[in-house]
Amino acid sequence: MPEPAPAFQYATLSQQHGAARLGMWTFLATEVLFFGGVLLAYVVYRYGYPSAFAEAARHTHIAIGAANTAILLTSSFLVAWGVEAAKQGFGRFAALLLWSAAASGLLFMALKGYEYRLELSESLFPDDGFAITGSVAGGARLFFVFYFIATALHALHVAIGIVVLAAIGARARGGAYSAAYYAPLTVAGLYWHFVDMVWIFLFALIYLPGRA
Amino acid sequence: MRYFPPPRALTISWLALLGLLALTLFAAYQPLGAFNTVVALTIALIKAAIVAALFMELRGDDGLTIVFASAGFFWLAVLFWLALADFLTRPGFPPRLSPWL
Repeated sequence: MPEPAPAFQYATLSQQHGAARLGMWTFLATEVLFFGGVLLAYVVYRYGYPSAFAEAARHTHIAIGAANTAILLTSSFLVAWGVEAAKQGFGRFAALLLWSAAASGLLFMALKGYEYRLELSESLFPDDGFAITGSVAGGARLFFVFYFIATALHALHVAIGIVVLAAIGARARGGAYSAAYYAPLTVAGLYWHFVDMVWIFLFALIYLPGRA
Repeated sequence: MRYFPPPRALTISWLALLGLLALTLFAAYQPLGAFNTVVALTIALIKAAIVAALFMELRGDDGLTIVFASAGFFWLAVLFWLALADFLTRPGFPPRLSPWL
């Protein structure tokens, strides 16, 4: 491999790396507000209809939600480990870790799809024939409107992350990264960890209420 | 293929995250009343902080990067503050919903 050189507008590689990190965090700030709007709607309506939200949350599949949380947390660990391995010149091993994380993402999506199928068969999609009736029906519908929009937006982010991790893994395998040049690795890692972080909050808001 | 052991801090973070997941599941089934929500969100915040500090390496970052990373959360706090100041003080909120919404 030739010695990596900074792009022409940077004096050094570490300056280039710092700029990439700042740029990624700026993008993530827009993502915080993107998901934040959805979470705000949840908070307002949960405040308004607490018993309906508790009743609706009891209908979600907590075992699948918890398994998916463990899967995403583990995938984040694999990515952080892989980034470190690639930096230290263990490119092939790093690729294995990054691809394992991508595979975890696929497993997450498969479980999520199975969960959607269960919910559709239980008439939990908020259209005609919604399963929850009575005085809490309206608020429960709002909960499931939030549920389907928030989890679908999140799943879209997971899907993008899988592609990014697969591509970065392939480059790591080819020895593209080193202690001197690793900006794409950390930027891809930041994205994946952010998707993990969004899920941590979705899990607490969707699956945990109304269980006691 | 050469093996690279996981850095200790990352392994500990991962185990702590799984431990917190188990804890929040256990706590969700305890009859704590309004505190169930407080506990669930506190644990979620701790998990997010571990991910940000260790996995996203904010712990070793310079001040400028931390300011950039905090910016989104700062504006999110403003969004919640102004929006909730409206909805939580609005007469007639929440509106009565018909069963179909």
